[in-house]
Amino acid sequence: MQRTYEVMFIVRPDQSEEDIDKLISNLESNVTTAGGTVKSFEKMGKRRLAYIVRKFMDGFYILLTLEGSGELVKEIERRLRVTEQVIKFISVRTDVEDKRLAKVKKLRDSKVKGQGRQAEAAAAAAAQAATEAGAEPSPAAV
Amino acid sequence: MAEETNTQAGSTETAAPATEQQPQHQQRPGGGPRGPRPAGRPGGGGGREGGRKFFRRKKVCKFCTEKIDSINYKDVRLLGQFVAESGKIVPRRLTGVCTPHQRRLSDAIKQARNIALLPFAGGR
Repeated sequence: MQRTYEVMFIVRPDQSEEDIDKLISNLESNVTTAGGTVKSFEKMGKRRLAYIVRKFMDGFYILLTLEGSGELVKEIERRLRVTEQVIKFISVRTDVEDKRLAKVKKLRDSKVKGQGRQAEAAAAAAAQAATEAGAEPSPAAV
Repeated sequence: MAEETNTQAGSTETAAPATEQQPQHQQRPGGGPRGPRPAGRPGGGGGREGGRKFFRRKKVCKFCTEKIDSINYKDVRLLGQFVAESGKIVPRRLTGVCTPHQRRLSDAIKQARNIALLPFAGGR
């Protein structure tokens, strides 16, 4: 099953750009060899840390979005833990949240495009009647 | 059905002062759920002067009114509005956030703290 994860990690601020690029490309190749796909990676730049981490006050933030299994993320985390340049990381699973956001957005768009009050009443009735189905039964209810 | 219960409650309330002609003494224990609560407010305000002024405003949930769907650990500016100067998460009775949003907000703040976007404890 392909799940979407976000891995944000902080690299030491005294690293050059090439070292950082090398690190990122290593990680990307690890992901692709293990069977996942890298959706994007974003260099968020140097930021001041909220507290001192390993005697550093700043850090270079990198956000990596990838699709893969849970074991893939475990492997990535293990590699990040071993890498000396990475001082902190966090991995978050995002596909469940994205699905929920898409559902809410769809419901909101259908309300705007639809018949205004009628669609709102139908959506409210559907939300009360059917808990999980969402906006689909509203035409049936109307 | 709701009207019937209302009239019944009204009738009992009108009956009570008629039977015992000390309405002020009767209403405090009679209005059981109502009694302690208004007593609680000045009680809380008298005990702590700073607590009283927050109870006056009827705050609404910022996320519900502005329809902010995703509370992410990455947007520090949004999260920082619900964090005190000391770094503590502000309780929802002060900010007026509704319960599900407060839960998501506190999860996001804790994630942000772990990745050093927000401090665990700073200032005083």
